[in-house]
Amino acid sequence: MSMKVGSRQVDGVVIVDCSGRITLGEGSVILRDTVRDLLAKGNKKIVLNLQEVNYIDSSGIGELVSAFTTTKNQGGELKLLNLTKKVNDLLQITKLYTVFDVKDDEASAVKSFK
Amino acid sequence: MTEQRVSYTLDSSLETIDNAEEKATRIATELGFPDDEIMQISMAVREGAVNAVLHGNAYAADKKVILAFERTGSDLIITIRDQGPGMDLSKIPNPLAPENLLKTSGRGIFLMRSFMDVVEIRPTQTGTELKLIKHVHGPTAGGKEASQ
Repeated sequence: MSMKVGSRQVDGVVIVDCSGRITLGEGSVILRDTVRDLLAKGNKKIVLNLQEVNYIDSSGIGELVSAFTTTKNQGGELKLLNLTKKVNDLLQITKLYTVFDVKDDEASAVKSFK
Repeated sequence: MTEQRVSYTLDSSLETIDNAEEKATRIATELGFPDDEIMQISMAVREGAVNAVLHGNAYAADKKVILAFERTGSDLIITIRDQGPGMDLSKIPNPLAPENLLKTSGRGIFLMRSFMDVVEIRPTQTGTELKLIKHVHGPTAGGKEASQ
């Protein structure tokens, strides 16, 4: 299953609902383009909802890092929401859990933005 | 237990990466590995295939990736060979070092080492050979033979 994204606004925060696989190729490109497009339109508060993401490879991990740093460099914040066990384990193994702000419910994710 | 080896010659393309992962998933499933280890094996093979296609063969149409699965009495042995210029392992940074955490690449070999029991990378006359080994645990592993 290739990656699909849909975005919606909640109290000034953009929630990007992702599903499928974030892997080298199409999945990584879709994520990159989505975040860049949001930033270009002035959206600086972004939550990636990964509840339906069942697989991420090292390229996908790199794309999450890139999205995080790109957003931060433009004065914004990017947070992760609803990690599956597989994705959570990967972020633990790679120590990226210490880098990302990870939330497990949407309301608190939205409220956590200043 | 019957030993069995299957080998595939694949193009240097993105499709090969997905193909290699699918083959690994199927064979690991047929050999009776538990679900978490199937995921580890398939992900390690995917990362190995990424290295072979991108960093080894650099998508060159005239270069191939050789993927082989071998079941011995106690191990699943996977080899991935490319025809690229080779890599200098000493130049691969530790992805867990604080200064490297925000790098967008360089985690493939680390993930392979996290998921497999043995990871060996060596130069060959024609490129690089990656060997991935997963030990078979439990009485149910190996209950079915891998088929091509």
